Amino acid sequence: MNKYRADLHIHTVLSPCGDLEMSPANIIENAREKGLDIIGITDHNTTRHCKLIRKLAEPAGIFVLMGAEVTTREEVHCLTFFENDDQLSEFQDYLEKHLPPIPNNTEKFGYQVVVDEDEQIIDEIEFLLISALDQSIKQVEEKVHSLGGIFIPAHIDRSSYSIISQLGFIPTDILIDGIEISANCKLSSILPFLGGQTERTIIRDSDAHFIENIGTSFSIFELEHRTFSEVKLALQRKQGRKVTIA
Amino acid sequence: MQVKDIITTLNLTVFGGIQGLAHEVTGGYTSDLLSDVMGHAENGKIWITLQTHKNVIAIAALKDLAAVILIKGLEPDADMLAQAKEEGIPVLGTNDQAFETTGKIFNLLSH
Repeated sequence: MNKYRADLHIHTVLSPCGDLEMSPANIIENAREKGLDIIGITDHNTTRHCKLIRKLAEPAGIFVLMGAEVTTREEVHCLTFFENDDQLSEFQDYLEKHLPPIPNNTEKFGYQVVVDEDEQIIDEIEFLLISALDQSIKQVEEKVHSLGGIFIPAHIDRSSYSIISQLGFIPTDILIDGIEISANCKLSSILPFLGGQTERTIIRDSDAHFIENIGTSFSIFELEHRTFSEVKLALQRKQGRKVTIA
Repeated sequence: MQVKDIITTLNLTVFGGIQGLAHEVTGGYTSDLLSDVMGHAENGKIWITLQTHKNVIAIAALKDLAAVILIKGLEPDADMLAQAKEEGIPVLGTNDQAFETTGKIFNLLSH
């Protein structure tokens, strides 16, 4: 089994709060410098930079999990990942259908730009990406799993936008593939909220919005090799695959 | 004052949990963060919120709250309603928003 360093929660310049330096090319360059083997691309409610980043990551030897950080109707942030382009596109359609048409105010929230590999702006997203979808956490979870994806409530220790802050505890009917804690979270602080569910896989990520934060928190995935299904097995702790955090 | 008195005075919709209509209301708590309600709401309070998730009922039961009022014409999710009926926690509705609802109940309980 091989050990891979993974930071699965990285924003790009496309997120309004993502720094302008978070271009696909810069992210790959920085992830390589930080020694990351696996990165997750998780802009707020959009997947539009994922395919380009995966393309740029291949020659750099980095494996990319393509997805988004979704805001559910309850204002819970959840990481979602998909294996292939078709599933990703279908999920992108779902996001666009369920994002409320509230225009972005670039002065207040920042720019939401799609760039190409030469860092030229090729599109700008009109509607505010940090709004909540009109879909419940259960509906989002079901959509993700119907596409064979991975569903992980994000930074559950945070006092806002986390499954615990918004819903008090983790509902038992939500099928989750793991839970994410943030950089400075002490494990003991979240254990009371897990109830009888301490057998869950826990990952830790950077939630980087700025280039210097990439890889400052990470998890170690023990896999045979880097594929989507191996990552899934590690989250399920099956066949000797597993995830550990520092 | 009982839950049913508030229903009559404010003309609230009753979605379910009617076993609890005689619950005594000692005050109100207005919040959409369930972790906040779990940490700070006291028993006997009537909870004003826009959250329609079934965890609302779990927390209302845990904290012995008198009832839940959903604002702005929102309706409970099916599993929220089912659990409310099981737990006997009244789930009520109004077209008013949280500000007006809170104000009306505050006045009612102050007199």
